[in-house]
Amino acid sequence: MNLFRSEEHINRWLNGRAPGSTLSVEKLNALAQAWWGSRLAPDWQPRSRAEGAAILISLGLADSFWTLP
Amino acid sequence: MDAADIAIRNTTYRLFVENGSAPSAADVATAAGIALADAEAAWKRLHDAHAIVLQPDAVELRMANPFSAVPTAYRVHAGGRSWYANCAWDAFGVCAALHTDGHIDTTCPECGEAIECEVRDGQPVDKQLLFHCLVPAAQWWDDIVFT
Repeated sequence: MNLFRSEEHINRWLNGRAPGSTLSVEKLNALAQAWWGSRLAPDWQPRSRAEGAAILISLGLADSFWTLP
Repeated sequence: MDAADIAIRNTTYRLFVENGSAPSAADVATAAGIALADAEAAWKRLHDAHAIVLQPDAVELRMANPFSAVPTAYRVHAGGRSWYANCAWDAFGVCAALHTDGHIDTTCPECGEAIECEVRDGQPVDKQLLFHCLVPAAQWWDDIVFT
């Protein structure tokens, strides 16, 4: 899970491997806020699969790549 | 995961944030007022529940996501302290978890060029950057260090 300057850098880095999923840094930041924002909360509880899936879906990450096991 | 293990998990995270580096099981045991063996047993249960990640060959922290216990390509500076993050997602996650702005230092994994990203008012300043996730979500925990 890495940051790149452009699609060209991603494609050269893949070097023939099947690509995964590319997001804008703004979408990544939104995902990080939603995923990790409560990580240090004193009332933290383990996140269920359904709760994790709901975060992904709320950000439009609803395809098979982003489907949790 | 019972309340006692969650308390150990929270103590682990608190020490990680306060110190800027991973606590040992002994540190957690002292802070929690429990025996070292009990802290280590709690860590093993938390690892099995994916609440933390231990090193494969020792009862030592590898990850308390989004924080990394070992040096990585993602260094996050925030509030006068610094932490390593496990990946780009976690780097932004450190700022998100701390509810603060910050500065992320990394390098392009393709060309090695330095990439710096400021998080200001909760948003990345350089909006041209891209994030690539290689491993599908269904396989993240098959090898979380590689993911």
